[in-house]
Amino acid sequence: MSPPNTPMVNTPMGETLLEVRHLSKNFGPVQALSDLSMKVHAGEVVALAGDNGAGKTTLIKAISGVYAPSSGEILLKGKSVSFASPQEARDQGIETIYQDLALADNLTIGANIFLGREPMRRAFGFLPVLDRAKMAEAAKSTMALLDFHVSRLDAPVSNFSGGQRQAVAIGRAVYWNAQILIMDEPTAALGVPEQRKVIQLIHQLKAQGRGVIFISHNLQDIFAVADRIVVLRRGVQAGERRISDTTHDEVVKLMVGG
Amino acid sequence: MTQTSDPHVAPQADHADTARTFLQRVADLRAWLFLAFLILGFEVWSRISFGGTFLFNPFNIQSIAVFAVAPLLLATGQTFVIISGGIDLSMGFIMGLAAVVAAHVINWATPGMGFGMAVLFGGLVAVLVAAIPGMVNGMLVAFLKVPPFIGTLGMFGVARGVAFLLAGGTTVPVKNEVFAALGNGRFYGVPYIVIVTAIFVLIMHYLLSQTKFGQHNYAIGANAQAARRAGINIKWHLLRLYILSGMCAGLAGVLYAARFTAGAAQAGEPLLLDSVAAVVIGGASLFGGSGTILGTVAGALVIAVIQYGLVFINVAPFWQFISVGVVIIISVLIDQAQRRFSGGRQSE
Repeated sequence: MSPPNTPMVNTPMGETLLEVRHLSKNFGPVQALSDLSMKVHAGEVVALAGDNGAGKTTLIKAISGVYAPSSGEILLKGKSVSFASPQEARDQGIETIYQDLALADNLTIGANIFLGREPMRRAFGFLPVLDRAKMAEAAKSTMALLDFHVSRLDAPVSNFSGGQRQAVAIGRAVYWNAQILIMDEPTAALGVPEQRKVIQLIHQLKAQGRGVIFISHNLQDIFAVADRIVVLRRGVQAGERRISDTTHDEVVKLMVGG
Repeated sequence: MTQTSDPHVAPQADHADTARTFLQRVADLRAWLFLAFLILGFEVWSRISFGGTFLFNPFNIQSIAVFAVAPLLLATGQTFVIISGGIDLSMGFIMGLAAVVAAHVINWATPGMGFGMAVLFGGLVAVLVAAIPGMVNGMLVAFLKVPPFIGTLGMFGVARGVAFLLAGGTTVPVKNEVFAALGNGRFYGVPYIVIVTAIFVLIMHYLLSQTKFGQHNYAIGANAQAARRAGINIKWHLLRLYILSGMCAGLAGVLYAARFTAGAAQAGEPLLLDSVAAVVIGGASLFGGSGTILGTVAGALVIAVIQYGLVFINVAPFWQFISVGVVIIISVLIDQAQRRFSGGRQSE
């Protein structure tokens, strides 16, 4: 229950953290995803792009334990894994940052980080009470790790801006030592300076050796932060490129087909 | 990379936070400000028209405290429910049911157990019986997805009917001198029922502010989705929550029966809305996610001071409805303003 709040995760940079092999998922007769393979290395940001219905969401839901794949294999650090629930995926270090953030707005940063697994201490030697000092301390160090310095650790997160709240959601994943972060449109609801802040956060995660799967409609963001891009179209992989070897135009062509 | 790489974001936000937090704190304390203002008003009125004190008269303080006991007990349970985003409309008649059950059981047990044990046994049975409608409420809300307003409204009717049936349509007098002493006796001038209530309220304050149960209650009220994703078992939480509010109503019923040495089915009828009012005046939002037990204490005292104070200064008792109503409206307006102010950035 007390994770090491380590700045570096244990997989050496560049080694394969997550591998998806020949993954397919069908809902009855509907083939949402077919024979998809991809890899995420430590310290790498992989962007997932594709039109609505291309299978991005199905893919990340399979990786994060929401759906069981119909066929194919998921390997985490070389070991085959299968998750019965998102909780199991989380326990193994795969954390999804949802678009709607999944924060309790009325609680502090610390309380959000520890939501559902609150630390306790004993007051007067016998009375179990919430260990708010520990939560605040963890909030402070975790946010500092993301190069994000907050002065008000006792304020509810509703006081913070969209980008800051995004950072809290990421901070929670980092505190519990997530190795793979799946971020679904993390910049969609933000203003421009806030978007830049989130891009900066993703660079931090990368520098710490974590793997990031980044879903976005915004090619500018993808080119600013990703190392590789995997483009999906109608459930199949339409192409995979190194960001340094491709252009906006090529990616758009892959997305729409042509 | 340092913080200065993006100088425009953080400092601005921090600056706004300071002013905002200060105003929030003032708004959070509004129930205590209301209370101070009211007491001051009655004190001035009392000195001018009777040449005597209002506040420093021990009889007045005792009366207000005794007045506040039942609504406050209901309101502590209601605070938990409202913070979770629900409401419990059945509490008033669960209180009546518990009062009738306590009266019957104590009468039945007194010959065999003696006065003291019968009171203990009867009180315990009454609180446990009160937990049953609470549990049904919890199952309706948690497992069958019935909106709390409707589910507990149904239980309001059921508890009401059962209470009147058990009471035979009348009040049930209790013949037990220990019970009478519990309801009317004092310890160094402080009524026993006030002491019991104060201890209970402290426990509830601890439960809400210092335990996982309380913390999860806030989280569920603010964002049930987030709570579920964080691994909180929402169904199990809600079930326990409504059992708790039923038991609060049960304790209120037992103390009511002790004070009047009789159980009456309609004991809590006028108190349900007072309890909701106390919670709202105390700073909770009916949208869920905010509120405190200490705020609710102030809210319940505000209502008790208005009710007692208006009688004390000889104003027609109907004014109390108007005054309490006005205080509720002002309180909700402050809450709305606060919400707009603190939530403004997200909704823009």
